[in-house]
Amino acid sequence: TELFNRDKMASIKHKNAKRIEGLDKNVWVAFTSVAADPSIVNLGQGYPDIPPPSYVKEGLAQAAMVDRLNQYTRGFGHPTLVKALSKVYGKVYDRQLDPFKEILITVGGYGSLFSTMQALVEEGDEVIIIEPFFDCYVPMVKMAGGKPVLIPLRLVGYVSSADWVLDQKELASKFNSKTKAIIINTPNNPIGKIFSRSELQAIADLCIKHDTLCFSDEVYEWLVYKGHEHVKIATLPGMWDRTITIGSAGKTFSVTGWKLGWSIGPDHLIKHLQTVMQNSLYTCPTPLQEAVGQGLLREFELMGKPDCYFTSLALELEGKRDRMAAMLRQTGMTPVVPEGGYFMIVDVTALNQDLSHMGDDEPYDYKFVKWMIKEKVFCFVILGINNKTKHSKMHRIFEKYIRLCFIKQESTLDAAEAILKSWNKG
Amino acid sequence: MSRKLHARRIEAIDKNIWVEFTQLAADYKAVNLGQGFPDFSPPSFVQEAFCKALNGGFSMHQYTRAFGHPNLVKILAKFFSRIVGREIDPMEDILVSVGAYQALFCTFQALIDEGDEVIIVEPFFDCYQPMVMMAGGTICLLYLRLKCCGPVLSSADWVLSPEELASKFSPRTKAIVINTPNNPLGKVYQREELQMIADLCIKHDVICISDEVYEWLTYDGTKHVKIASLPGMWERTVTIGSAGKTFSATGWKVGWAMGSGHILKHLKTVHQNSVYHCATAAQEAVAVGFQREYDVFGTEESYFHQLPIHLHEKRLRLADCLKSVGLKPILPQGGYFMIADISNLNVDLTDPSTKDEPYDYRFVKWLIKEKGLATIPVSAFYSPEHRNEFQKYIRFCFVKEDTTLQAAEDILRQWSDSK
Repeated sequence: TELFNRDKMASIKHKNAKRIEGLDKNVWVAFTSVAADPSIVNLGQGYPDIPPPSYVKEGLAQAAMVDRLNQYTRGFGHPTLVKALSKVYGKVYDRQLDPFKEILITVGGYGSLFSTMQALVEEGDEVIIIEPFFDCYVPMVKMAGGKPVLIPLRLVGYVSSADWVLDQKELASKFNSKTKAIIINTPNNPIGKIFSRSELQAIADLCIKHDTLCFSDEVYEWLVYKGHEHVKIATLPGMWDRTITIGSAGKTFSVTGWKLGWSIGPDHLIKHLQTVMQNSLYTCPTPLQEAVGQGLLREFELMGKPDCYFTSLALELEGKRDRMAAMLRQTGMTPVVPEGGYFMIVDVTALNQDLSHMGDDEPYDYKFVKWMIKEKVFCFVILGINNKTKHSKMHRIFEKYIRLCFIKQESTLDAAEAILKSWNKG
Repeated sequence: MSRKLHARRIEAIDKNIWVEFTQLAADYKAVNLGQGFPDFSPPSFVQEAFCKALNGGFSMHQYTRAFGHPNLVKILAKFFSRIVGREIDPMEDILVSVGAYQALFCTFQALIDEGDEVIIVEPFFDCYQPMVMMAGGTICLLYLRLKCCGPVLSSADWVLSPEELASKFSPRTKAIVINTPNNPLGKVYQREELQMIADLCIKHDVICISDEVYEWLTYDGTKHVKIASLPGMWERTVTIGSAGKTFSATGWKVGWAMGSGHILKHLKTVHQNSVYHCATAAQEAVAVGFQREYDVFGTEESYFHQLPIHLHEKRLRLADCLKSVGLKPILPQGGYFMIADISNLNVDLTDPSTKDEPYDYRFVKWLIKEKGLATIPVSAFYSPEHRNEFQKYIRFCFVKEDTTLQAAEDILRQWSDSK
């Protein structure tokens, strides 16, 4: 019996903890080698191939030369950085932000999402998530023991991301006494939708009515195109006290590889995120925080002016957005022109691509992505394979879309255009 | 909001000594021998590597491979394969993390469930307990005990009782955490001690979490032994390392977990659902640093050879100074820290704000406020249940410039002379 017990123990002891059961699959891991292939035009993963602003790189080089900046800094955020954030966002929110109590620096926007979920979500909590969504929301809610409750954006038109909207009755039906929070992402990844003030007000009304929290992922907040305005739900009446707003240095300064982000909110919520932080990784890298802080202070002086990076980047990307939309239209496809962010989704139905040779068991969009890779262009799906539920009607619609990232150099877009043009000839 | 907001997992783990003591040291502009970081710069070859990395093309500023930058995991695998004596797979057996701290977090989150017991040896680096608690685990404590009282006290004199150690293993034991060289004591576990732990791990099928962040810092010819290299241990050990401590660049926050792929894969799952990627440029710089050390390993030129020699002297110097003012230092065999017995000092600690705290906490605060010297109370490295039994030691970090150590010495001598 002892031998039997030991074998039984051996298989149990090295098993993973329950909290990560089923969370090991990650849609990106399958495509990493593709992303690394230089012969493939990479419009799949969401990072720039344009360089970051030179003063930001220089700021890092300077910081690295200071002895003290190569050692640990304040756990909840390097003073230079949190003070700069409080200045920049104080202006945006039009309120005094306490840099030490209302701001937490994390490892990217991703780290802020994690700290938020671990701090505020547990077994018994429901969290509303809007489809299509950035793929980590569901696994993070699950890892925290919560239950994701999904609601799809629905199409009311085919021109722009503004044509994807929530059905208000449906939204209201998702809220109940177990609802702990709703996650919103504006500008949205993958669609590029910017939730309007009235849309946010409808969400806010429900949050207040049901006394829920709001986790607002606003990493693309500066990438807003002409005619549109980014609104912070935390600025709506009654929302500051119940909202965590997430931002990203990576998306703000085109330095995704720096992995710095922040959570901003009322101290009675932020303090719980700080507890998670001090028990998970304690502090973020110092020289990177110093450089981002310096970069923000520079931008603060230029806010509203054309040479503010927040403005100039958006202008540059708008041109690329329009170029990409035109490229896609030429092939007969219908792009959904985004109001913000650096992704564009496009309905590929018009291409009528026969993918029956690519196997039966995968959804159409996955097969299409793999076919595109054969054509030497890497794009992406709009909804992760593990995140599908029984909303089969909407998912069949989602499967006809692919996502392209346009924060790319002109030469990358040229290469993509050449490949797309070659389809017309075929 | 009217409802309870925070998750239960963070209850009882909100207090943190570092937040309190680093603030105090800063407020009083104290000479800082408290928190464990060097006040000298990283070696130039590593600083240059960082500068080169950040000028190295756009990819250095964008996402790299989530589980670890290819250049870094490859050189870590190569470097440690040579030491551990087995072929380590860079893609399967290594996870790069945001400092060793996050590697510890991933380990506990990946492997510990409610009801799992984790054996922790006191005194311990303070994060182990709250991390186990956050993962729902139960802590089983045992002490390192002073075995003899000779004239020169060393960290080698603090040992585990074999019977006590064995008694802590139960069918519910999921893991044991060891830290060698140890923070705060500086003990370097000898092969026989590790073998004793290994035998129990194998007998009870327990995972060993080995925090070896100070692995290059051993003194007086003491050898650092990796428990993962003992027979039967590779498949059940997660070894944790730190670029911050290796290259005197704690602010870069690059660390790693290394172990058999069947265990590491679970850490990767936690990582991909929590931070996903670590900063690229810092990883590239650490990779270059390790490549250089691989090439000069064992020679005089090696930083891993030079740094402990450099620190060896500082350690002795601090110990002499502490002795001369009536403190009884415990000479560490390894690591960044030295603890000293303060029970001989008769200080009038009348600060009412610290009235209910352990003696060493009160003493440390007094030393910061009245003398401008920052240290850390050692009872912070004991569980709350046992804190009151170990109130007579304070911890000094000696990985400091000579000027800092001189300033600390001046404060201590002045105080001693004035008594």
